Amino acid sequence: MIIPCPYCGPRDTSEFFFRGEARPQRPQYEDGSDAFVDHVYERVNNAGAQVEHWYHAAGCRTWLLVKRDTRTHAFLSVTLASEQKR
Amino acid sequence: MERQPYSLFALACQAFAGHRGWKPAWRDAAPKERYDVIVIGGGGHGLATAYYLARNFGITKVAVIEKGWIGGGNAGRNTTIIRSNYLLPENTPFYEHSLKLWEGLEQDLNFNAMVSQRGILNLCHSDEQRDSFERRGNAMRLHGVDADLLDSAGVRKMAPFLDFDNARFPIFGGLLQKRAGTARHDGVVWGFARAASDRGVDIIQNCEVTGFVRDTGGQVTGVETSRGTILADKVGMAVAGNSSRVASFAGLRLPIESHVLQAFVSEGLKPVIPGVITFGAGHFYISQSDKGGLVFGGDLDGYNSYAQRGNLPIVEDVCEEAMALMPMVGRARVLRSWGGIMDMTLDGSPIIDRTPVPGLYLNGGWCYGGFKATPASGWCFAHLLARDEPHPVATGYRLDRFASGRVIDEKGAGAQANLQ
Ligand SMILES: Cc1cc2nc3c(=O)[nH]c(=O)nc-3n(C[C@H](O)[C@H](O)[C@H](O)COP(=O)(O)OP(=O)(O)OC[C@H]3O[C@@H](n4cnc5c(N)ncnc54)[C@H](O)[C@@H]3O)c2cc1C
Ligand SMILES: [Zn+2]
Repeated sequence: MIIPCPYCGPRDTSEFFFRGEARPQRPQYEDGSDAFVDHVYERVNNAGAQVEHWYHAAGCRTWLLVKRDTRTHAFLSVTLASEQKR
Repeated sequence: MERQPYSLFALACQAFAGHRGWKPAWRDAAPKERYDVIVIGGGGHGLATAYYLARNFGITKVAVIEKGWIGGGNAGRNTTIIRSNYLLPENTPFYEHSLKLWEGLEQDLNFNAMVSQRGILNLCHSDEQRDSFERRGNAMRLHGVDADLLDSAGVRKMAPFLDFDNARFPIFGGLLQKRAGTARHDGVVWGFARAASDRGVDIIQNCEVTGFVRDTGGQVTGVETSRGTILADKVGMAVAGNSSRVASFAGLRLPIESHVLQAFVSEGLKPVIPGVITFGAGHFYISQSDKGGLVFGGDLDGYNSYAQRGNLPIVEDVCEEAMALMPMVGRARVLRSWGGIMDMTLDGSPIIDRTPVPGLYLNGGWCYGGFKATPASGWCFAHLLARDEPHPVATGYRLDRFASGRVIDEKGAGAQANLQ
């Protein structure tokens, strides 16, 4: 897989670290343990388009927000995680 | 269909008749309207479940529903290692039960699954690793499982071709389980299919489950498929890498990520690797098939995938580890590589449990170690489906253990989808 990094251009996946589904923020203490179980353990694990976080460790060292089809490995969009809407 | 037992006598008779009398080993059934139990997934686990439902509980109105062909998933893609060298008390008895079933499987199924107890040798490369292997070996022995700790001279006797004095990863010794080994993966699928079919189980191929039928109380009462609606009192999921997908049809979210794992086979060579050997300084393992090919693999690719194929960085990584362990393999050519979709749980251990949806049961989260589990997984899932309570050796494999804190963290590394 080649990931089109917004800063570095198309780069080999071996330069990147996969973080997993780009999930909403960590729950607050008041949200209770169910919310934490959900956050830590439960996954949507979609077969199809998935929004996820990748880190360009051996490049610009930026966290990226990636939309990728898990059935084909096609990258649908790559933007900066810092611009992710919360 | 009339049962045709396999034996030396039958083989001799067929040989004289020009082998024209062999019948299909199992029935390719069309879906009926209703069953007692539907098992989704015609991999090793689904077929073993159906077989043990019939054999152990006399429940024969059973259908195994497979979207493609049986054994086309991980059952036919794995590297065929069977073993029970586990540390934790939730795991050891279960995997030992499985190994014991493997030991009698061929007689029970009347099918040659080529079970070969050629041993597994886990190598250690530091004092600390040797200590942890000693602990694991002791834990195994406490459960009545065979384990031997070898020093480097003992390893050298078995496998003189290893790079013992490697500057970075010298070989300190290894933990040997002699009763471990390999089995022929396709043979296991066909053997369970034949034995289940003989007892009346319907094996329905090219039939994809696309949803669940539920009554007003939410109870699952059947499945929607590409070949129409099929009703059942109970529905069990045994769909490995597709667990999250199928569970989502019932609105469930699971502690599972799907990842791709690759494997490789070399050209055929004369016998050189005595059993299964694993590299302790990375993640690499190798054995030699009866055909002569070196069968080997390593880590997951490391990203979520349903694609059944991987990428080149892992190819490079696995080959580098092979070279670090046994430089002689550099002269063999890789013949093929392929990938399978692993149902990676967040603690690296499987799930055999009821789900919060009544009538729906889950067998999944096998990570990359589910082949060796095939007989016991079927045995325990059949028990759960028939009795509505977990089998004594599978009580730890609960779905709610992530919420209750009773995770089974065999690797001791916390919540990650790359364990096992
Ligand atoms: C490369 C590789 C190496 C491995 N090496 C080992 C090893 O050495 N030792 C070991 O113990 N384990 C190993 N494993 C793991 C092992 O193969 C799996 O854990 C095990 O096979 C999973 O159980 P199964 O056989 O039932 O899965 P599968 O064979 O994948 O069965 C699941 C079936 O469900 C079907 N299905 C999915 N969705 C639907 C649907 N909607 N409707 C109907 N059917 C559906 C699929 O088509 C599939 O046939 C390895 C796996 C891989 C990929
Ligand atoms: Zn970059």
